[in-house]
Amino acid sequence: MTWLLEPLSYPFMLRGLAAGALVGVVCAVVGTYVVLRGMAFFGDALAHTVLPGVALGYILSGGERASLFWWALGTAILASLGIGALSRNARIKEDTAIGVIFAGMFALGIALISTVRSYAVDLSHFLFGDVLGVTNRDLILTAVFGGIVLFLVFIFYKEFLTLSFDPVLAATLRMPVGLLNNLLLALIAVTVAVSMQTVGVALMVAMLVTPAATAYLLTRRLWKMMVVAAIIGAASSVTGLYFSYYLNIASGAAIVLTATAIFIVVFLFNPRQGALRRG
Amino acid sequence: MYPHTHHQSNEPILDAQNLSVRYDGRSALDDISFHLHAGERVAVVGPNGAGKSTLFKVIAGVLPPTSGTVTVSGSRPAAHVCIGYVPQRAHVDWNFPVNVADVVMMGRSAVMGAFRWPTRRDWNFVHDALDTVEMRGLAARQIGELSGGQQQRMFIARALAQEAELMLMDEPLTGLDLPAQEGILNLLDTLQKQNVTVMVATHDLDQAEKYFDRVMLLNQTLFGFGRPDAVLKPEILLKAYGNRLKLVDANGKLTTLDDTCCGDE
Repeated sequence: MTWLLEPLSYPFMLRGLAAGALVGVVCAVVGTYVVLRGMAFFGDALAHTVLPGVALGYILSGGERASLFWWALGTAILASLGIGALSRNARIKEDTAIGVIFAGMFALGIALISTVRSYAVDLSHFLFGDVLGVTNRDLILTAVFGGIVLFLVFIFYKEFLTLSFDPVLAATLRMPVGLLNNLLLALIAVTVAVSMQTVGVALMVAMLVTPAATAYLLTRRLWKMMVVAAIIGAASSVTGLYFSYYLNIASGAAIVLTATAIFIVVFLFNPRQGALRRG
Repeated sequence: MYPHTHHQSNEPILDAQNLSVRYDGRSALDDISFHLHAGERVAVVGPNGAGKSTLFKVIAGVLPPTSGTVTVSGSRPAAHVCIGYVPQRAHVDWNFPVNVADVVMMGRSAVMGAFRWPTRRDWNFVHDALDTVEMRGLAARQIGELSGGQQQRMFIARALAQEAELMLMDEPLTGLDLPAQEGILNLLDTLQKQNVTVMVATHDLDQAEKYFDRVMLLNQTLFGFGRPDAVLKPEILLKAYGNRLKLVDANGKLTTLDDTCCGDE
């Protein structure tokens, strides 16, 4: 048991575990819609598009990290609504438009950060997260904004469900379809901002997609998919951090690798539709 | 969110005046006018790309017409939540994590209102709707495990749970075997007894003739609207379908073969 308890004696580890579990739950629940609506590429692009905003904040605040959450939040919401508008109006295909914008914004972010002296270290924090550097203040922000996201997913459950399954029905029931779509984009944006510190922009899409995809293989109803995804997300974060502690590997990568391993096991062996159990 | 409009019973349930829809300068519907009274059962026939789905979307208030007006019980369609749209089975994600009861309950969303969860009354509506389509025992079944006929009946149950008074069914019989088609057609009788107005898009001219009060023959414009024997005449059909239709005279009975069967529009 001591191997389980030993890391808990470090406050930074406790904060990291709490932040990781919170982020795991929020990403997984929102990720349920990302998976069902085929928005994985959008989620990936959104995470990367946040980088220039964060970099700008970083430069303007003189390397100070406390305000970065707000920069990430603002950029993510702007970018999600911008991508949403672009995909509705553009004459080129949606995924092409996202690809162009996302690579460009990501490059801008890297360019901005490269003007700072401690370039390599800072960039890697933004790209891959720094869950062990989470402060109490970060933890509170994560809990508050993550809580708001979960609350909105909960109260608009039947609207998001109907809209995702059958947009024409949602329209004939006179739901405000455009508003709900934008709300969902904004929720994904807040989730991205909340998770940046933990997994970083480069691996964010894994937290959004992998636990939800695993739950998709295991469940047949939306709310069960959300619950199972949340459990897998939180468990991946906690387990991943232990791996990170004992094997001395980067925390974000350890979390994502754990989630991926769970997905592969479920994909191959799950009793319902596992690849090796079929036929 | 979720309007509620009282119906004026002296108005026709559906009244279309000079409807036209154009996409990128191409005409999809051109100057369509007709009206329906409550409880009527209409087959909408026409070749692929005739604009059947477009017409349904305009009637449902989901697609605004380029010109012309639609009124449902005296007001514009978007003021109503009583228009049930039954989608083509091919357009549905059958792996979506929902069961039959979940899908039927979606129909209750508008009646429930925002920020509300299903009450016992809503569940009663869902169960009654499932009883009507004889699927009560399948309420907990995942939708991907249903047969084609069951999938179609589930969507009709959803429209019933919605308390729809006007149902628009997009190719509900396409791809079903004969017993399943019969199940749907029997269900149409039940709906008529409940005074539900039904418009059914179909490729099958024989069924349109046999099972419907009125037939609408559509190909961008209205080629005919009236009793089946008045509309489904060779000369009118040939005009609407052009050379995409073959007429076969079998034992004195005219059989029509539509060689454009069964694709998307």
